[in-house]
Amino acid sequence: MRRRIGLATLGRVYLALVLMFLYIPILVMAVMSFNASQFYTLPIDWSLRWYEALSGNSKLLNAGFNSIVVAVVTTAIASTLGTAAAIAFFRYEFRGKQVLQLLLFPPIAIPWLITGTAMLLFFFWAGIGRGLHAMVLGHVALALPYVIIVVSARLKAFDPDLEAAARSLGASPAQVVRHVTFPFIAPGFIAAALFAFAVSFDQFVISYFLAVPGVSTLPVEIYTAIRKGFTPEINAISTIVIVFSMTLLVGVARYYRFGGER
Amino acid sequence: MTVAASTEAGGSAKARRGEARRIAVLTGPAYLWLAVTVFLPISAMLYFSLLSEAPIAGRVGQFTLENYQAFFDKAFYQSLMLRSLRLGAEVSFYCFLFGFPCALVLAKVVKGRWREAMFLLVIIPFWSNALVRIFSWTMVLRGNGILEQFLNAVIPGFGGLDLMFTYPAIVIGLVHSYLPYMILTCYISLQAIDDDLIEAARSLGASRWTILTRILLPLSMPGIVAGAVLIFVPVIGSFMEPRILGGRNGTFIGTVIEDQFTAVFNWPLGAALSFILLGCVLIIFAAFHPILRRAAR
Repeated sequence: MRRRIGLATLGRVYLALVLMFLYIPILVMAVMSFNASQFYTLPIDWSLRWYEALSGNSKLLNAGFNSIVVAVVTTAIASTLGTAAAIAFFRYEFRGKQVLQLLLFPPIAIPWLITGTAMLLFFFWAGIGRGLHAMVLGHVALALPYVIIVVSARLKAFDPDLEAAARSLGASPAQVVRHVTFPFIAPGFIAAALFAFAVSFDQFVISYFLAVPGVSTLPVEIYTAIRKGFTPEINAISTIVIVFSMTLLVGVARYYRFGGER
Repeated sequence: MTVAASTEAGGSAKARRGEARRIAVLTGPAYLWLAVTVFLPISAMLYFSLLSEAPIAGRVGQFTLENYQAFFDKAFYQSLMLRSLRLGAEVSFYCFLFGFPCALVLAKVVKGRWREAMFLLVIIPFWSNALVRIFSWTMVLRGNGILEQFLNAVIPGFGGLDLMFTYPAIVIGLVHSYLPYMILTCYISLQAIDDDLIEAARSLGASRWTILTRILLPLSMPGIVAGAVLIFVPVIGSFMEPRILGGRNGTFIGTVIEDQFTAVFNWPLGAALSFILLGCVLIIFAAFHPILRRAAR
């Protein structure tokens, strides 16, 4: 029995080590963004120098603004279209339903490099071109499957009798949706919308291929800066980005359980 | 009677038509979107891959197989593809090696609120910004970076590691990126295993090793395979991670494809290489399809 406790303790220590592996690089980056020296020398000379430099860097600020615009538009479109499709899957049995559900798989499963280059080639060829509008087209495609999956998971727990009961009590179809269906799926909808926002905000590969010089999003701009030889301002903006993106996901987790039952 | 039956049939046909319309209205926009942004582009890429030059700016390409021929003629492309496949296999393996025990602890040792909190801590980075996470490793791995400074502080005179811009650096970065995925899929499989089963085996005198190899590993195989496939596929198509962490040692099939589209502008060749990569992806999905289906349930 004593050995078993020992093993459990060992397991917990191991878990702590894995968490350290996952978080230490991010923490290092965050701490270094407050270090005045640009060569990452220790001990740390605390300073807000790089955040000040960042506030004057119009290129990064513009990219940040673009990122938010693209993410907001993507979220609005993906969560609306995705929720509609999820409701259809939940409510109706029809031929081809399984095929449609299977078609959600390619956008998630095909490496983004392939999807991204294919979009670049097709958008260019078809005259859609590159730029923020092209990024929205691409980001919605990536977010849609996740929205449908997350909303469907919530709908699984929905009892259609509730709608029938509301109808039999004289509610109009619009009232049923407004007062019964929507309040029930709202948590799933919020989780899906936050998730869609995160998918778009953090998306690099697709944006990279669809960016035009001068009009890009934060990840693309950060990548360009890294490739050119990094400045510590990149630490500052990266720290802001990762804190923001993790906060979003904590928000998702509040409404949706990753990995089902716990 | 017949009249009544026929009107009833007519009514239900009408109802069915109405239902079909509602299904079309609800699912149509989403799938139209996916068609224009994913399925049409992939088809267009197939078309481009069969042309001698990209049919843009007034140029006309001839039908040819030479782009595919190039892959099979040049050992350079094949060795890069093999290198990418090896990278995918190694990263999947390390993710399993480090991720499975972690999932086991989460599923069978940690309980209640702690489990929930730990699980979230593991999962959150996975969905967060991949580029920034890779970038953060440059600070840890670079010459005289945090790792070297730390090791030299603990072991005086340790010297340099020279990890930055090497193959191991790419593996470390990718394992960091995808480890949560493996933990997630293994955890889902492991927590579905009834504790009574483990208790029964133990009371019958099974050793810890026997329980691991005869119960836990076989029963969580769908989760392990799902994790491995879902890691392998994006890794063989990665280009950003090798570029940032691998530097000059970071040439893989993914970076060559990226070059065709952003630097060399040989789109037909890039398209053909993409399709060969996609072929590898499809073969992998097809091969593991039965196990993946079980994992999805």
